[in-house]
Amino acid sequence: MLAVAAANLTKIFGQGDSQIVALKDAQVSVEPGEIVALMGPSGSGKTTLLRALSLIDPPTSGEIAIGGEAIFDGERVLIDDRKLRRQRMGIIFQAYNLIPFLTTVENVALVLTLNGISHYESLARARALLQRLDLGHRADIYPATLSGGEQQRVAVARAVINDPAVILADEPTAALDTERGKAVMELLRSLGRTRHAAVIVVTHDERMIEGFDRVYHMIDGHITNH
Amino acid sequence: MNLAIRDVKYRLGRFVLTAIGVGLLLATVMAMGGIYRGMVEDALSIVRSPGADLWVVQKDTNGPFAETSRIPDDLYRVVRAVPGVREASPIAFQSIQLEYGSVSMRTQLIGYRPGNLGAPPAVAAGRPLAAGRYEMVLDRKSGIPLGARLPLGRMIFTVVGLTEGIVSSSGDSTAYVSLQDAQELQFLKANEAVRNERARLQADLRADPALAGVSSAALGSVIQNTNLANAILVRLEHWAEPAGVARSIERWNHYRAMTTAEQEDVLAKNVIERARQQILLFRIILLAVSTVIIALIIYTMTMEKSRDIATLKIIGATNSKIGGLILQESLALGLLGYGFGALLINLTYEKFPRRVAILAFDQTVLFAIVAFICVAASIVGIRRALAIDPTTAMAGGA
Repeated sequence: MLAVAAANLTKIFGQGDSQIVALKDAQVSVEPGEIVALMGPSGSGKTTLLRALSLIDPPTSGEIAIGGEAIFDGERVLIDDRKLRRQRMGIIFQAYNLIPFLTTVENVALVLTLNGISHYESLARARALLQRLDLGHRADIYPATLSGGEQQRVAVARAVINDPAVILADEPTAALDTERGKAVMELLRSLGRTRHAAVIVVTHDERMIEGFDRVYHMIDGHITNH
Repeated sequence: MNLAIRDVKYRLGRFVLTAIGVGLLLATVMAMGGIYRGMVEDALSIVRSPGADLWVVQKDTNGPFAETSRIPDDLYRVVRAVPGVREASPIAFQSIQLEYGSVSMRTQLIGYRPGNLGAPPAVAAGRPLAAGRYEMVLDRKSGIPLGARLPLGRMIFTVVGLTEGIVSSSGDSTAYVSLQDAQELQFLKANEAVRNERARLQADLRADPALAGVSSAALGSVIQNTNLANAILVRLEHWAEPAGVARSIERWNHYRAMTTAEQEDVLAKNVIERARQQILLFRIILLAVSTVIIALIIYTMTMEKSRDIATLKIIGATNSKIGGLILQESLALGLLGYGFGALLINLTYEKFPRRVAILAFDQTVLFAIVAFICVAASIVGIRRALAIDPTTAMAGGA
């Protein structure tokens, strides 16, 4: 069963003469454990596709299914989008987006507590994951005191802590130097494979291309090949 | 995981400073309430302190606190004969200016017959007035010590006792003297005035052949009559019904008899009502300002967290979780501010120049109002938070 199956996704912003077609008939399918890249120049629709797949900004038309379950039928969102994201998706941002008033371990544990897991169990699991990612010694400090690479690794930990079926990453290495970017990508790859999650990474960084199973190229809202 | 507690802890210094600001505002609201209560207590203390059941005053007047009331001081003998009356005694009130050293202060002078109704309920230091004259019992608020000698009119008084917390409706200190001293201060004319009046009277007598032989000096006691009082205080037998006795006094003696409750009502309505309304309006304005300020603070705090709230939406936080964060912070701000305000006012209210009466009931009501204000103010922030577009979290830039 496909982890992600999207067909004919179209996203149109605005109306009438000011209408912009940001996504046109995009087809995406990703297997569990597979890691794919969405590449293309700025404005090609990569992030729009990511927002559509996560229902942060649903498409204008098309169908989306996650783990075989339809979540968008071309007209309506068929599921509570926030529940979908907190239970079955992990999302990584270019700007890390760690909550500044939570410590590192609390940032990671937050997703679990949002899913109803007890505070202490959430913290214990988050602490264990941070230990595995070699961030145990940074668990109790605020994100502002972490380096960019550390912040992104914490963001990766937050995205995978709930064992999601799908991990969506929006330019996760854009703010990092090459070495740190590679380390984050390697972490994403290994966590995706070991947790059997489908990983979709938006990137325009050609240096990172070799680690992906497949690459979707996008231009002007179209997926040109994969 | 409580996000509000984490956020407050993270921005503790700024949060506490903001709460102190809100607290100062709420302390002002509490002070205004306390001033109002103090004003009422001050006003009523002078009516309640003699412990009288009835006040007999000049007919068609509202008594000595609202307007001028002059009655013969020996009226008390007649009143005492009315069935149901246990005690009756004259009392005189007058506003005077006391000079002590370089200090000059307005004082409410109360003249009564020592050993009878009208005495201060308790003397905190020194002793009450003895039967003699030229003695004074002052309120501590005046700051004048025991043993001080105070010139007043043609007399010099010695302070023999101090009371505590008995002031006039305008918050002035009170001074108790014997009725005779008070009458001389209030009604005895100056020597020059007496001489002028005698000369005028003598001229009038000469003009009337029938009175030509009468000397103005012989009429001195008439033109120099000081046997007046402002009210007769009445204490009733335990079985007597105040309204019934009051009706009897009014029917047979052509004076007005007011119960203490009526006297308090007159005082409250005529003397302090406008001040009360003024303070009430001011309190309402202050509460409205507090609401707006708390709402603005909460709105600003929410705006500062726009990106965090967008992130929370993306990682799946529910609206109730996000709304709870804002509501709890709003309540924490208001209640911490309230706590600070209450602490401040409880530490300082005794230092106000006028009495500030801080009542537990008022504090509780204000607490409930502040809680309501915080909930109302948080609605502004919650509406803003729920309107935040989650895609703003995906904008670039670390």
